[in-house]
Amino acid sequence: MSGSGRLGAPAALPLAAGHRAGGQHKNFRESGGKSVDALVLQVLNGLDKGGAYALIALGLTLVFGTLGVVNFAHGALFMLGAFCTVSLRALLSLEQVVEDPTQLTAWGTPMEVRTPYLEVWFGEFGTTLIDYAVPVSILLAIPVMLLIGVAMERGLIRHFYKRAHADQILVTFGLAIVLQEIVKAQFGANPIPQPAPDIFAGSADIGALIGFAEGVIVYPWWRIVYLFFAGAVLAAVFAFLQFTTFGMVVRAGMADRETVGLLGIDIDRRFTIVFGLAAVVAGLAGVMYTPILSPDYHMGMDFLVLSFVVVVVGGMGSLGGAVAAGFLLGVLQSFASMNEVKSILPGIDQIIIYLVAVVILLVRPRGLFGRKGVMES
Amino acid sequence: MSKFKTTRRDFLKTSAVLGAGLSAPIILTRPAFGASYRNEPMGKTVTFGFNVPQTGAYADEGADELRAYELAVEHINGGGDGGMLNTFSSKALQGNGVNGKQVVFVTGDTQTKSDAARASAKRMIEKDGAIMITGGSSSGVAIAVQGLCQEAGVIFMAGLTHSNDTTGKDKRANGFRHFFNTEMSGAALAPVLKNAFGTERTAYHLTADYTWGWSQEGSIKKYTEELGWKTSAAVRTPLGAGDFSQYITPVLNSGADVLVLNHYGKDMVNSLTQAVQFGLRDKQVNGKDFAIVVPLYSRLMAQGAGENVQGIFGSTNWHWSLQDEGSKAFVKSFGQKYGFPPSQAAHTTYCQAILYADACQRAGTFMPSEVGKALEGFEFDGLGNGPTEYRAADHQCFKDVLVVKGKENPTSKFDVLEVVEVTPRAQVEYPASMLGGDLGPYNNG
Repeated sequence: MSGSGRLGAPAALPLAAGHRAGGQHKNFRESGGKSVDALVLQVLNGLDKGGAYALIALGLTLVFGTLGVVNFAHGALFMLGAFCTVSLRALLSLEQVVEDPTQLTAWGTPMEVRTPYLEVWFGEFGTTLIDYAVPVSILLAIPVMLLIGVAMERGLIRHFYKRAHADQILVTFGLAIVLQEIVKAQFGANPIPQPAPDIFAGSADIGALIGFAEGVIVYPWWRIVYLFFAGAVLAAVFAFLQFTTFGMVVRAGMADRETVGLLGIDIDRRFTIVFGLAAVVAGLAGVMYTPILSPDYHMGMDFLVLSFVVVVVGGMGSLGGAVAAGFLLGVLQSFASMNEVKSILPGIDQIIIYLVAVVILLVRPRGLFGRKGVMES
Repeated sequence: MSKFKTTRRDFLKTSAVLGAGLSAPIILTRPAFGASYRNEPMGKTVTFGFNVPQTGAYADEGADELRAYELAVEHINGGGDGGMLNTFSSKALQGNGVNGKQVVFVTGDTQTKSDAARASAKRMIEKDGAIMITGGSSSGVAIAVQGLCQEAGVIFMAGLTHSNDTTGKDKRANGFRHFFNTEMSGAALAPVLKNAFGTERTAYHLTADYTWGWSQEGSIKKYTEELGWKTSAAVRTPLGAGDFSQYITPVLNSGADVLVLNHYGKDMVNSLTQAVQFGLRDKQVNGKDFAIVVPLYSRLMAQGAGENVQGIFGSTNWHWSLQDEGSKAFVKSFGQKYGFPPSQAAHTTYCQAILYADACQRAGTFMPSEVGKALEGFEFDGLGNGPTEYRAADHQCFKDVLVVKGKENPTSKFDVLEVVEVTPRAQVEYPASMLGGDLGPYNNG
């Protein structure tokens, strides 16, 4: 593998070409550009991380805004999305096992020669299909996550609509643990690597595009893909809610559920679909995040708390707020991890998000874009 | 009569004192009547306590430890093919149990949490009568359980724990470690790194922010700086950070040409994968190829990082591809029983069970102080790491250390590491006083 990545012909950005930072980089640093390239890289990191936060928080706040449910199982939906990829890759990689009696394992049994059936049947096309398991998983994740979301809402969560938020938190948290344990029993506790398609391995030389020396600002191709993907999904959800009749009814229901009901509209059915939509968004975020973070059963929990902070900072029930807060907190978290910042404020990288949340809630108790009356008696 | 009248306040006080007394840990009380030490086996069996992570992030490693323990018990009791008992230099064990008693076992789940691990060890000691506790996949857990076993008066045979502190500043008389430590990793890796990358290098450390990470960072810095390497930065990362991008990007233009990942488990899988995605493995800095080093490798974890481990150096306690008679016997027994090769965690726990049983047999008793004396200074061979000694001064095993590299062309999913150097024991030895601590006296309960 070359450091320039494997994105050949379709490369829209100059390649890092082995990141030969040598002389040119030294000159750039001499001109005082080191801090600038560090800042640009942290902005990119923050946007990337923020994209994941925003996707998860969007679903959370959507469910809260429509159904009034604080869904602690939302992180588990992110994890289930990631495991759609794991499952599909496992399915595509099903192997034909042939024992080779001429070779023995270290424990004395005949060596097994394993070849994926897809390679046996379709040759190079089969290999390519396995290589593209991550993006292909999107096609699987959409119906699966929609089904899981609807089943979760109809089967369990609807029974808790009129219960206290504490009850909702307990039951959804319990559900998250059950889902985690099922996944662990099936797939084990270790992370399962899910490489990006070969063409997106390696990194792009973004710096060269914006006037920096070659090799100074390089960024992994797949993270760039993820950033654009997050933007596209967010835009699609907003467009769906803004420009369709269904979306208009949902927004009206979020504003005044009772009145919409009095107009003869079955708002509950629409809200069930919204729950499914939130599950799909979280699941897609999980699918595309697998090459960045090897999936394991606990990955949803790791994101859950941060996503709740994002929702609270953005304003409970505010879709735009969730997205804005996701990117804001992602960028701040990245900056707080810089050595220069940590040398002044040790440990700031681990508390920055919560610190910002405290400050924002003190200054704007409803969050950045919170509306009056939401979660207020 | 009035002097015997009990007020409500007196009643509550008395109840509180009685309650506290009754609920105090049994381990603070004397051994059972007639027994001369804690959990002295009176019947035809003796119970070992296997305390491994059965849930949580290291559950797969824990499962492998449990497989190895079951195999060890089978061999001690005379079942199976005998495994490494056939190659072990001590011939005290005859395949009929220990001191005439069949070995049975109970298990506990450490969850890789110190409090949970202590609770499960306590339960096995108090309720199940375990004579010895062994296992674990974390230094924090090992140190916590070792302390508990010292208080309880049973022997603790540590599982996978790599921090210097386990047999350094936190060592205890009742605790014994077969696994190597960060000091040995540093001593073994440094010469290999010198040969591979030269003496003029600048290293950037990313370190898991807990006892093992600090210990590992300190050892690698010490030995690489002795070679002439410089350390440009040592950055602490939160345990379980997941996305390490914000810690990796500063490395890109830091001027460093080596990245040392003092991470283990999931952190290692994620940080290594992401470092490779950022192009670090293929980068050139100062006219040299950039290098990544993972000081502690685990084959189970390396599988999680997939092809990203290729060409990356690290150290390990043992590897199934070793060709000595002991390793071959163990791999054969384990592979035939379970269908795949054992991990280093399985190897060290199997050895610990065998070593404990052998010490009891040689001592002719299960009394911790006598068993401990039988282990202290015990020199043996045939358990897969060459001639080995349980040093009396700190209860640390000294043996050859393996330096490994991620294999470029693996032949199977288990074949991810190749041994590039077997560092002789003499090269990784250090004075016991160097790491501080005090064993203190044995406690028989």
